[in-house]
Amino acid sequence: MALKEPINRPEDDVLIEGQQTYETIGAAIDKVVLFNKIHNKWFYITLGLSACFAGIMLLAITYLLYKGVGIWGNQIPVGWAWDIVNFVWWIGIGHAGTLISAILLLMRQQWRNSINRMAEAMTIFAVMCAGMFPLLHTGRPWVDYWLFPYPNIMGVWPNFRSPLVWDVFAVSTYFTVSVLFWYMGLVPDLATLRDRATNKHAKWAYAVASLGWRGSNQHWHKYEQANLLLAGLSTPLVLSVHTTVSYDFAMSIVPGWNTTIFPPYFVAGAVFAGFAMVMLFAIPLRARYKLKEIITMKHIDWMCKIMLTTGLIVSYGYMLEVFFGWYSGAKGEVELTWYRMTGESRWYYYALIFCNCVVPQLMWWPKLRQRLVVVWIVCVFVNIGMWLERFVIIPMSLQINPLPAINRQYDPTIWDILLFTGTIGFFTMMMMLFIRAMPMINMFEVKDLWYRMIKRGDASVPEPVGASVGGGE
Amino acid sequence: MLDVSPLMSHTHDPNEQSTAKRPIIDLDAVNAKLRNKRGPEYWRSLEEIAETPEFQAWVEDEFPNRRDLAGLDRRSFLKFMGASLALAGVAGCRGVFLPDEKLVPYVRQPEEMTIGKPLYYATAVPIRGYAMGVLVEQREGRPIKLEGNPEHPISLGALDAQTQAQILNFYDPDRLPNVLNAGNISTVEQFAQVARDALAAQKAKGGAGLRILTETITSPSLAAQIEDLLKAYPQAKWHVYDAVDTDSHRVASEAAFGANYDTHYNLAAAKVIVALDSDFLQGRPDSVLLARHFADGRRTAASTGTMNRLYSIESSMTITGASADHRWPVKPSEVVGFASALAAAVGVPVAPGVTSVPASVVNAIAKDLQSNPSASVVIPGEGTSPEVVVLAHAINAKLAAIGNTVTYSAPADFRPARREDYSLAALTNALNQRLVDSIIIVGGNPVYNAPADLKFHDALLQHAKFKVHLTEYENETGQVCDWSVPLAHPLEAWSDLRACDGTVSLAQPIIAPLHGDETLSVHEFFSMLSGARRQGYDLLRDYYTTGPIPLDEKAFRRALHDGVIPGTASKPTQVPPVNAAALGAIAPKAVGDTEVKFALCPKVVDGRFSNNGWLRELPHPVNKITWDNVVEISPQMAQRLKISSGNILKLSAGGVDVSGPAWIQPGQPDGSVTLTLGYGRTNGGAVATTTEADAAGYDAFPLRTTTNMGSLGGATITNLGGDYRFANVQMHHAMQGRNIVRSTTLDKLKKDGPNTAYEFEEEEPHTWKENTMYPEEVFPWKGEQWAMTIDLNLCTGCNACVTACQAENNIPVVGKDQVARGREMHWIRIDRYYGPNEAREELETVDQLSNPSVVYQPVMCLHCEKAPCEPVCPVAATVHSHDGLNQMVYNRCVGTRYCSDNCPYKVRRFNFLNYTDNQTQFAEQDKIPLLRLLNNPDVTVRGRGVMEKCTYCIQRISDARIEGKKANLPIPDGGVVTACQQACPSQAIIFGDKADKKSAVSKSLTDKRAYMLLEDLNTRPRTQHLARLRNPNPEITA
Repeated sequence: MALKEPINRPEDDVLIEGQQTYETIGAAIDKVVLFNKIHNKWFYITLGLSACFAGIMLLAITYLLYKGVGIWGNQIPVGWAWDIVNFVWWIGIGHAGTLISAILLLMRQQWRNSINRMAEAMTIFAVMCAGMFPLLHTGRPWVDYWLFPYPNIMGVWPNFRSPLVWDVFAVSTYFTVSVLFWYMGLVPDLATLRDRATNKHAKWAYAVASLGWRGSNQHWHKYEQANLLLAGLSTPLVLSVHTTVSYDFAMSIVPGWNTTIFPPYFVAGAVFAGFAMVMLFAIPLRARYKLKEIITMKHIDWMCKIMLTTGLIVSYGYMLEVFFGWYSGAKGEVELTWYRMTGESRWYYYALIFCNCVVPQLMWWPKLRQRLVVVWIVCVFVNIGMWLERFVIIPMSLQINPLPAINRQYDPTIWDILLFTGTIGFFTMMMMLFIRAMPMINMFEVKDLWYRMIKRGDASVPEPVGASVGGGE
Repeated sequence: MLDVSPLMSHTHDPNEQSTAKRPIIDLDAVNAKLRNKRGPEYWRSLEEIAETPEFQAWVEDEFPNRRDLAGLDRRSFLKFMGASLALAGVAGCRGVFLPDEKLVPYVRQPEEMTIGKPLYYATAVPIRGYAMGVLVEQREGRPIKLEGNPEHPISLGALDAQTQAQILNFYDPDRLPNVLNAGNISTVEQFAQVARDALAAQKAKGGAGLRILTETITSPSLAAQIEDLLKAYPQAKWHVYDAVDTDSHRVASEAAFGANYDTHYNLAAAKVIVALDSDFLQGRPDSVLLARHFADGRRTAASTGTMNRLYSIESSMTITGASADHRWPVKPSEVVGFASALAAAVGVPVAPGVTSVPASVVNAIAKDLQSNPSASVVIPGEGTSPEVVVLAHAINAKLAAIGNTVTYSAPADFRPARREDYSLAALTNALNQRLVDSIIIVGGNPVYNAPADLKFHDALLQHAKFKVHLTEYENETGQVCDWSVPLAHPLEAWSDLRACDGTVSLAQPIIAPLHGDETLSVHEFFSMLSGARRQGYDLLRDYYTTGPIPLDEKAFRRALHDGVIPGTASKPTQVPPVNAAALGAIAPKAVGDTEVKFALCPKVVDGRFSNNGWLRELPHPVNKITWDNVVEISPQMAQRLKISSGNILKLSAGGVDVSGPAWIQPGQPDGSVTLTLGYGRTNGGAVATTTEADAAGYDAFPLRTTTNMGSLGGATITNLGGDYRFANVQMHHAMQGRNIVRSTTLDKLKKDGPNTAYEFEEEEPHTWKENTMYPEEVFPWKGEQWAMTIDLNLCTGCNACVTACQAENNIPVVGKDQVARGREMHWIRIDRYYGPNEAREELETVDQLSNPSVVYQPVMCLHCEKAPCEPVCPVAATVHSHDGLNQMVYNRCVGTRYCSDNCPYKVRRFNFLNYTDNQTQFAEQDKIPLLRLLNNPDVTVRGRGVMEKCTYCIQRISDARIEGKKANLPIPDGGVVTACQQACPSQAIIFGDKADKKSAVSKSLTDKRAYMLLEDLNTRPRTQHLARLRNPNPEITA
């Protein structure tokens, strides 16, 4: 990883650097998929290690199903703990992908083109990890399907008043739309890979996966329409999913949960964590696979700025929580605010403030935004901080109660830890497999961007423009 | 059930082909062949058969009698496969979702039994030897629950936790199922032979080497049997030792009156009560009665009422102290000082002792006692020194209490005449002098709980030749004895028992002995010693035909039906004035610093109920710790010696050490620690000796000696450090400025008058009535609207309701580890708070903690009309019924736990693991079928992963509704009694129909002490609490 790279001047809005042709752009991206030799031992070490953790996850799930949720630290009064913390955290991680692919598309932010594919893949894997927790945390996971409104001979429907049912709709819709959006965007690139692959099996697989894409005018026409529609569909989802997740808490009467600020605050937190996670992966990958000219320092710079902005929104949320804790005059709220700051678990709270409010302030300095090590470390802090935020909200609010007799400290068990680290392993493994098998950057969109840059005169033209933009050569 | 075989043999018999290929062994033929062979011939034949090729093939084939698929034609094969697949599906479903069991109906219906209807039988269960009258609920032949017998003078329909838990002991798989001889299984017959031989050897000596050791015995027929035996062996001796009975009352009675009398307290007539280190509300054999009468004296009309006043001087925090209007912690040695000061103040000729309680207080108490002559009483504790008891007798005599609040009678129990002769010390001496050849220990566990200085274990082990222990469990004593003979549980044997007041009850078996004839009732045991074993019924019937209480058949049946023999209560006796010499002998005794008090466990007593999971998991009423015992130390001592709760303390006295975890107990007198007896068992069942996360506790008996049965002085404490893991169900002890338990004084209540809005706290509660948008009537359905009130003024925190609920509702025991993780399953939680008025924040200063006031608050599901749990359940598994119940639909529950998170009272309990072992696919250990017999068939046994909570005993409501419909009558007030309400000794719980304005619960709800817990949340609970009242003496400040 290059630690020091040239700083772009502010007026220098170059999104693709270097002397490029369509050929070089395509090659830079598809070589990661098509050439085995490009993956050195670090790829395999990361893959192997993360696969081990994914195995641990399977073990933790198997034991959980066999034994019951009692293997975790959950108890009465703390009925929700790491299970829901991890759920909300993972859902949040996924948010950057949808934001980048949908909202930035609608806003015609062209810089999204080089990062959206990876972010979308992250969304899907993160939602997979997230979805696992609510499914597994129930006492009787084998009847989880009762949460879906399906016609049944019992004539029983889910309770539509329950935020958990809204959650089921929100998350399942989100996952479905994300997968569709992601896969549709992949089709032209898969066709390119089909055309370029030399390995017979790979060629066959890409041929099947690319659904007969030939890059005809009609194809592109339909693609653009569908893309826009799905972007339109995804846009409200960015806001609605985490809003709905926040309703799980906001709709309750638990002090510390019952707060109107939760929806915007959760969404901002999700984007905050999501961008941190994108950079967490993008920074090493662009260095390792020589993609610096496509994911430029400008991209990093902008992502840092978004992270800083959402970080400030989240910090504002923390301030308001404290303020309304006091202003409400409700005994429970006052007590909870005080408890977060002075109770037995106060260090979680202070660590959260440090990670989410103090550390991201480094991103005010343009120079630090260009120091990739600093950015990477800040991203790590942000992800830890966002996990802590959910911990402070979920189990810590349950630890104290209106009847002090039932207050009880929560302690996780080894199985809580194993399942969580297992999902991180699963997530990393899926990302590694993804970059191995699929173009991690949207080839045709970057080429399209290149075309537009040439049109605008932002880029020089080393050779005549004439090749088609898409994949079907 | 479907059967696959007809499908298989559809076209032709496949066996025709398969028999040709595969040799089939005919087991019947083999058996026939072997049947007439004996000895070597038998084995030879067996070998011959084993060598045949048929047999070899049969052994090698995994499923020898299966039908061969290869022998089927194509059509049959397809049919067979189709059927197999379909049935595999069905079978799979059964295994996962349905119990995989066969049900067989009665071929012949037993008399009086209607399937699904309970039968109740009156009987008596011994608690510390004395009778507690119970009604046993029997379902399809199985006893499943003990309830109080309203006809019984001690029970009056209520029961304490220990008696109720006896039903669990009955099904205890650890009970001794057969005779053990030196650890090997033997039979009753063999034992009888050996025992008769041993007795025959004694016959020549007149029984000089024969000793019988019993615990307290109140059975008249047993006493007669022992008398008969002693007549046959005139030199034999009968000893009595009971770890819970320290003889101090007998010593005192002999000193004061020259003879042994039982003392009875009539608290119904008492206006002023002084408890001298007495925890009379629990643990005594008559505590249920005392609690009832004490509560009667506190139940008060809202404005004009009067209430009794309780002063408690005690050496450790008890529920009696918690219920007191004034309480002073004093060291055990100081109780006599206070008692003599009080005695002197009321005019008893005795030198006033030294006490830390101020003289003004003593005088105020004395004045209060004297101004209520014949309506005041002083109750000395059971473990106090004889001097305190003598002083109590003298004070009561002076207050004209005798004949009014105190009566004396001849003792209800049976024991030899002279204390010196029957004591355990005398027995140990005899053993050490090698005078004892044969010893018969009836019940009890003296090796574990004998005074340590006697070294009874060594004496018994080394010097007795023939040692028999008649016992329900093979315990520490059984290990030392040659023979352990299984003693029948009270629910499976005929017997008779006397209550504290002398009333005789007949005890009848509710079920045939679980372990058959191998178990003996104590009566059968003695009959067997003196001849042929006779049946318990015959023995009892004979005694009540020819004995001192002859009953004709009708009277006998009547007595069985009622559970008591009328007119058998002891007659009050006139006692002489208290002996002046006894009073003169009372002098202060110097006791070394750091005193140790031995307290009986309110749950397992002296360890006799150690193997009872219900009692072990019951939270201690004061410190709320389950499973273990602790070393209670005062906050001052903790501060001084830098001890924190959980440190292991080593207590040394007289060269003996006992180590146990420290617990800082507010209200514990400084300079004294309290050790709880009954733990640290080394043998006596899996629960008693559980090693799961050190749940067995420590054994305090090694410090208890003959001269220091109640307390000792001069102990040294060493802090060994460490951090013991308690399974405590309550971690926070102050109300933190909330109106959780409201309380006030009687004077204030009277002053405010009946109609004034009542201020319980200076902070005006936000009331929904003033600020609500909701209609007052949430449920427009015109019919029963169930509601409950719990009077905190009457609740003593005794745990009877918790155990009643556990028995009624099939609540599992989860073990120490799970309780420590916060997963106890009790539907009723009794919250205990220190300092209702003073404590704004967590109690911290030593001053606040030195003697805090204590309040109890039972909290179960309050059945909120606007229940927060209901809207959040994603699958509508918790819903409201038309009659106002918040219902939990176990079948529908997915187990998200959202309802519990949203419940402000946190009364919901979750099956985090497979606690009830009812899902075989998750079962990890062999099922204990015995314990499943205990389940109430009216209540679902909840499986893993579902939420549960108080149902208002919906099964009882349904039963009443069905009966009402059948009779075409509305459910009468009191027609539904919840299990907790039924058990409550102080009748603090009222349940009924709120819509009926004349019902008891409606009247209770209009009491101005009634309030909704956390009413500002607008949850509108159907269960309301009634504020606690205190009745302090205005002359005593602070």
